[in-house]
Amino acid sequence: MVTIEIDGQKLEAESGAMLIEVADKAGIYIPRFCYHEKLSIAANCRMCLVEVEKAPKPLPACATPVMEGMTVHTKSPKALAAQRGTMEFLLINHPLDCPICDQGGECDLQETAMGYGGDSSEYTDAKRVVKDKNLGSLISTDMTRCIHCTRCVRFGQEIAGIMELGATGRGEHMEIGTYVEKSIDSELSGNMIDLCPVGALTSKPFRYTSRPWELSATETIAPHDCLGSNIVLHNRFDKIKRALPRDNEDINECWISDRDRFSYQGLSNDRLLQPMIKERGVWQEVDWETALTKVAQSFDTIREQHGANQIGALLSPSSTLEESFLLQKLVRDLGSSNVDHRMRQLDFSADDTAPVYPSLGIKIRELDQLDAALLVGSNIRKEQPIAGHRLRKAALAGAKVSLVNGLDYELSFSAAETIIVSPSCYASELAGIAKALLEKGASAPGGIANLVNGVTVSQPQRTIAQQLSDGDKSAVILGTQLLHHHDYATIRALAIAIAKMSHSSLGALTDGANSSGAWLAGAVPHRVVDGVAASRVGLNTQQMLTQGLRSYILLGIEPEFDVINAQQAISALSHAELTVMLSAYVSDTMREYADVLLPIGAFSETSGTFVNIEGNWQSFTGSVPPPGEARPAWKVLRVLGNLCQVEGFDYTSSEEVRDEVARMTTDSPDLLGGWRCPAELKTGGGEVYTVSDVPMYAVDAIVRRASALQNTVDAKNTQAASMNSRCAEKHGLTDANQVRLSASGVEISLPLRINERVADNCVYVPAAVSATMMYDFSQQAVQIQR
Amino acid sequence: MSEQRSMLSEPVIREIEKWIKRYPPEKKCSAVIPALHAVQRDNGGWLTTELMDAVADYLGMARIAVYEVGTFYSMFVHEPTGRHKINVCTNVSCMLCGSDEIVAHLQRRLGIKLGETTADNKFTLREVECLAACGGAPMMQVDRAYYENLTPEKIDEILDGMME
Ligand code: SF4
Ligand code: FES
Ligand code: FES
Repeated sequence: MVTIEIDGQKLEAESGAMLIEVADKAGIYIPRFCYHEKLSIAANCRMCLVEVEKAPKPLPACATPVMEGMTVHTKSPKALAAQRGTMEFLLINHPLDCPICDQGGECDLQETAMGYGGDSSEYTDAKRVVKDKNLGSLISTDMTRCIHCTRCVRFGQEIAGIMELGATGRGEHMEIGTYVEKSIDSELSGNMIDLCPVGALTSKPFRYTSRPWELSATETIAPHDCLGSNIVLHNRFDKIKRALPRDNEDINECWISDRDRFSYQGLSNDRLLQPMIKERGVWQEVDWETALTKVAQSFDTIREQHGANQIGALLSPSSTLEESFLLQKLVRDLGSSNVDHRMRQLDFSADDTAPVYPSLGIKIRELDQLDAALLVGSNIRKEQPIAGHRLRKAALAGAKVSLVNGLDYELSFSAAETIIVSPSCYASELAGIAKALLEKGASAPGGIANLVNGVTVSQPQRTIAQQLSDGDKSAVILGTQLLHHHDYATIRALAIAIAKMSHSSLGALTDGANSSGAWLAGAVPHRVVDGVAASRVGLNTQQMLTQGLRSYILLGIEPEFDVINAQQAISALSHAELTVMLSAYVSDTMREYADVLLPIGAFSETSGTFVNIEGNWQSFTGSVPPPGEARPAWKVLRVLGNLCQVEGFDYTSSEEVRDEVARMTTDSPDLLGGWRCPAELKTGGGEVYTVSDVPMYAVDAIVRRASALQNTVDAKNTQAASMNSRCAEKHGLTDANQVRLSASGVEISLPLRINERVADNCVYVPAAVSATMMYDFSQQAVQIQR
Repeated sequence: MSEQRSMLSEPVIREIEKWIKRYPPEKKCSAVIPALHAVQRDNGGWLTTELMDAVADYLGMARIAVYEVGTFYSMFVHEPTGRHKINVCTNVSCMLCGSDEIVAHLQRRLGIKLGETTADNKFTLREVECLAACGGAPMMQVDRAYYENLTPEKIDEILDGMME
């Protein structure tokens, strides 16, 4: 620690800290453009010049380490003159086009010029002009405005992990750009817009739609992944205009993914605006009372004629805690226990030993500090971009991050070991790692030694075992794709064994924004709130759809995309006597299988709570009212409860619902779950297996309708199947550009790409996109034809 | 990647490998400048985007990072040039000491503008940033040689000497 003085204030500071950090902490503002606390120091803009006593010249506060006894003046005549001089230089080439600049009103340059600049310039020559670049569908450029702070460049290198922008040329000819015509493809690219202190990089979808001072802001939680990034929504005339990050060092720091930033565009397309009922095949718009009364009466009839267990409820893992709670309560009070939010899960055999809710096993911020990690079935970078970024930080600091995947996903860091195998071999790979740990003398949970007895350990498996047990802080993380695996229970058990034997934490990355909350709220067939075993165990998603019930109530899902076997779902729903959908959207497909459509508000139009993967309850309020006749789903469910004459549906606010759930939950739930050793290790036969994931921009109904995101390279790349050239050759597909895939009698045909990153004997098929909508992802083995 | 790698000729690869050996393995990218020199020489004195890409892939660098280096230094050229490159500095020190007049004289004498090449493909005239010879401003560089304290007469002398 050293003692310094800034503007007469005595301050204690960490030695080695830069002046600007110390000043920031003390609330003394020093103007800056290139400095950013999350980026490396470039010291190229010179705006932060301050006077340091005994130094001959003003010094840049962002690049001057504090030293004992330093006396600093940030507002002395000398400091102010230096700042004014810098400002004048910066404005030499900067156009004075604030009135037509999208950054106007929230521009660091504009504000700093006001605060620290002069009122006129001595410069009379021509200003330089730089051609704009086309960086793709998300970021708009006006490169003449660039002041070369290189924040965007450093962001790419240091945070996003792919360097896409650079400073080419030199001096007068220096330009920020991609040099060749290329879009910016990082999943975190939008953060460059926030970082750019001027109007050089702005949001393309937001461009020219509003002035910042016309917007009202609401703080909320991003709804597209299990992290729950903190965001703020800006709206004008009840329309969401943009989403920006809110600082939360424990979750998203100051960043958000492009998905969280640009998904709001999807809030205005295909909205369901009016309750509708299908009478003898014809859709009619009706009022709420008619619609809800019809639903209540139909449920009554079904209960009387066929029993309550003919009612099934399916909900999105991104429904709020309150919605999830009310829906399960409604169905359970009606006498059914058929409720589930796990739309893509196939293997439910570990339900009884599952923890109270799935969790990461560590805090999100602890991801940065891991020494070793093993990810299974995960494309973390695209599936949970902020978690990916945090893991990258760990990897850069030396953590050994290894992966077992069916596709060698491009990472933003280098992995320690990557095992790329067919998903049918995940279990045997993990068994190998468990065996390696056993051989090192670790004591295994009961039965494991027997199970892995015949397994031979490969070198990569041994290395991973070593790294996990060497790491002080190590983690085994089951990726979202793994939760959809056929043999989930076995793989999970092996992961538990590995975690135990290597003293690692065990965690999962789940679907949607509120899987953890849905479990907590009892939106699973075998448990009620807080993991308490249900007195009556109902049917899970797969059972409800394969057995075929007489009635379904759906909340926030589009089954054709969100359910793992869409064909089956649609057929079950169409055959049912009653399919009620609480949905923010309407599509032609929905009109075919639904009988009642009830318009609800999207996440931005309702209050509620998401419980994220570290068990953090984050409540939010609606930003804008739902459009048309749409209502927040919790209100719809409350009224429906009353009409169905079940007790206790008199809530007056969503907070009341949340508090009721909170009262029923314990402070330290069991997050480890029970232990059951798998009976056997299944290994795949000679068939070709499907490797699939839900692409980043297909995860939910909102994102699927967000036009700018749909125009990114990432979205466009997801309309094709791929396999490696060995697999293509084996099936005579080397020169084919189309492939037919069939599983359980359903055949789809889609473009084929050769991609050497796909595991041997596998075909990669993206889920939840229109090209593969009808494909049966519940079947692993697949037939391939030209 | 393998396709691009084949853009680099055997001798160029050998040369790059020689440089890579001088740096720690995780700092391969330190070889980027000599690598670009080797590639440029091999390509008749100028670089293409594809060649820079090949260098990037070979050294495991982001392509844009190689473009940054390749466009920063004036010794790297991005279009076919004449046999001799004349680089005139027009940065502050040189400008204050009269580089405008030097540029004007060179343009007149060679009959070309900055950035152009003479019809006989003998000279390319380029404007560059500071070449760290400010003490001898105004200055220019012809191929690898520096010429300082220039005057129009001195330029004539230098060019006459190259006319043979
Ligand atoms: S584009 Fe913006 S962030 Fe990037 S260097 Fe220019 S001013 Fe800085
Ligand atoms: S903020 Fe210090 S030089 Fe830019
Ligand atoms: S300014 Fe010309 S050599 Fe430095």
